[in-house]
Amino acid sequence: MNTRRFDALIIGGGGAGLRAALQLARSDYKVAVVSKVFPTRSHTVSAQGGITAALANVDDDRWEWHMYDTVKGSDWLGDQDAIEFMCREAASAVYELEHMGLPFSRLEDGRIYQRPFGGQSKNFGGEQATRTCAAADRTGHALLHTLYQQNIARRTQFFDEYFALDLLRDAEGYCLGVTAMSIETGEPLLIEARTTLLATGGAGRVFWNSSNAMINTGDGLGMVLRAGLPLQDMEFWQFHPTGVAGVGCLITEGARGEGGYLLNRNGDRFMERYAPHAKDLAGRDVVARAIAIEIAEGRGCGLHGDHVDLKLDHLGEAAIAEKLPGIRDLSIRFAGVDPAKAPIPVAPTAHYMMGGIPTNLHGQVVAPAHYGPEEPVPGLYAVGECACVSVHGANRLGGNSLLDLVVFGRAAGTHMLEYLRDNPYARPLPEDAADPSRARLARWDRRGSERVTAISDDLRRTMQAHCGVFRTDAVLREGLEKLSELEARLAHAELQDTSRVFNTARIDALELENLIGVARATLVSAIHRTESRGAHTREDFPQRDDGNWLRHTLYSREGDQIDTKPVRLKPLTVESIRPKERVY
Amino acid sequence: MKFRLYRYNPETGAKPFMQDVELDIEPAGKMLLDALLAIKAQDETLSLRRSCREGVCGSDAVNVNGQNRLACITPLSELKQPVEVRPLPGLPVIRDLVVDMEPFYRQYRSIKPWLVNDAPEPEVERLQSPEDRALLDGAYECILCACCTTACPSFWWNPDTFVGPAGLLQAYRFIADSRDEATAARLDNLEDPYRLYRCRGIMNCVDVCPKGLNPTAAIGRIRSLLVKRRV
Repeated sequence: MNTRRFDALIIGGGGAGLRAALQLARSDYKVAVVSKVFPTRSHTVSAQGGITAALANVDDDRWEWHMYDTVKGSDWLGDQDAIEFMCREAASAVYELEHMGLPFSRLEDGRIYQRPFGGQSKNFGGEQATRTCAAADRTGHALLHTLYQQNIARRTQFFDEYFALDLLRDAEGYCLGVTAMSIETGEPLLIEARTTLLATGGAGRVFWNSSNAMINTGDGLGMVLRAGLPLQDMEFWQFHPTGVAGVGCLITEGARGEGGYLLNRNGDRFMERYAPHAKDLAGRDVVARAIAIEIAEGRGCGLHGDHVDLKLDHLGEAAIAEKLPGIRDLSIRFAGVDPAKAPIPVAPTAHYMMGGIPTNLHGQVVAPAHYGPEEPVPGLYAVGECACVSVHGANRLGGNSLLDLVVFGRAAGTHMLEYLRDNPYARPLPEDAADPSRARLARWDRRGSERVTAISDDLRRTMQAHCGVFRTDAVLREGLEKLSELEARLAHAELQDTSRVFNTARIDALELENLIGVARATLVSAIHRTESRGAHTREDFPQRDDGNWLRHTLYSREGDQIDTKPVRLKPLTVESIRPKERVY
Repeated sequence: MKFRLYRYNPETGAKPFMQDVELDIEPAGKMLLDALLAIKAQDETLSLRRSCREGVCGSDAVNVNGQNRLACITPLSELKQPVEVRPLPGLPVIRDLVVDMEPFYRQYRSIKPWLVNDAPEPEVERLQSPEDRALLDGAYECILCACCTTACPSFWWNPDTFVGPAGLLQAYRFIADSRDEATAARLDNLEDPYRLYRCRGIMNCVDVCPKGLNPTAAIGRIRSLLVKRRV
């Protein structure tokens, strides 16, 4: 196998990977970014509403209030040290993006424009705050392009359209790089690096109805599972309240932040019943459940009663054109509705994975080893949606994911520099390190009777039916049985197309292997957690159970093993925010 | 529906050919990408790029009935049959609908697409008035899909020397940014018979931009800045 050698290696060219790359590019170390798509095609580009930071440009604000809201939003499953760190660093991370050239929308006085978002409050649960910094409704696009541009300026080495296969580790557990494959030529490649960062994003394509790009297939999670490392809190998936009905494309929470609201078939503003105070800007899990209940109880809109209406026309055409131009475009194209004239049909859509690869707040991947549940895996880092640090806990607040990317991307990049300084020499790579990857690729040259597309479709339908907004033990277990059947079918799957050059069918197959791992982790973790918290709603266990479940789930592939570890309730410097009932 | 797809696999040694495909699909509410993926589900040897499927990532630009478009936001109901789908023109074809985008990216990089401001960084944001910010509207939204540049005859003739509409629109995005200090250098970089002035105002770029942007207007503004600094 051809081999390339770098000091630092980043897998993933989205916001988190590019922010980390930038931190490393400012040093003399050799850095490479591997991305299965050209970096600006990464899913960060789809983020609409904004990035949250308590700049107080519009209204009073403090990072402590942002921290309170994030802890409450997480339903107390978020680690308070990581949340404090993120909210403290938020303002500087946003200013830094502005200095890099991000074209934020502006207020009259020339400062960065901010809009209200769900779950935001002043003064620890008081009035609505205005905290989310925006570039119209294309903030992710603006952020991703800006970070990519900065990386071009610093001549970061990119491996575009290379698909990462597996982590390389030695007997002592050090991560020494990855195996990858050029999509264009089909050639495998071994990339050695003293330190590796996974920034591979989410896996929302595991659901049928998803806001996620087709590339969101949990590749980093699959790599971690195959390396025998655990995944954390995989039962927690955010269903965004407002996907375009029947399509899944996202309508930003910013649409409600700018004054839009939801209506059922009777024309009721039903969120007033579910969240009397915050109404349409309650936490996303709360709004998504409310919509699901309205639909289930026969108050959905449309011929089939399968969605609710998002009303925006009262904002006026000018405001919609200025603040929500992209949304208007999407709505006209995918729902056939101009929101300046008529309401947009919306329904919950799988959107964000709160769980992921467990890390500490330096982005180091942590796993149970010799002394405790949180020992760093030497040389291995993870940030962004693929990671679980955990700042989002059981439910992420809107605007916190872009923030997570840049804050922890920067922190991980900084820590990787320290790691490189402390570990100046590359460790020898075991001779057989790439064997599992070779076997994995060779497996897809075998003949079989099943097709990858059919299994993928069935997987997504299974997860949609068995692991959606509302869950019960019986439904989850049935889902797990169906998943086992899908795994059996996968073992007999074949590729019709065994060519080398730009064989996307082969990539689809490798992605399906990763998705199946994600699905199993999700179902097993969801069965195990016998309480309702944040986005994980168990109809058979409707209450939050702090006595038993103020704990993170750790899933390992070997024997579907579940461990837990306590939530970190102690912040870095401020008082702990004690669990209480979560009402909006 | 009837489709005619450009097929080419470099490994077979066969010449590129047009493949007739009949697909059972109800066009209402569906996009061209849905049809291409349904065709790929039957015959997985068809190769194409795709990701966001909502017109923001710029992966799936193809030539449809003679016009460059994003497959994911092209309604099937709009298309005359047989729907002829080819790779973007003017770039080397790697396979089927997948082109080598590097000549396009190289021109993008050549305009130094990053903000230059060497003033000491304030501890907060640099201020920009809403009016100055509004100058970036219509420029920063570019998704680098290459629909415009590969529809431009000037780029077809001079892909190595003409920046092309997408690159020039991005050059303008930084020239127009009140925070950027490198306007003079950016104009120097473009004052060249080929890099900028190969634009003949054909305006194919404006016709095809899936985001509704107007590179020709941006090129016009760069030209007038160049004229202004002469006199």
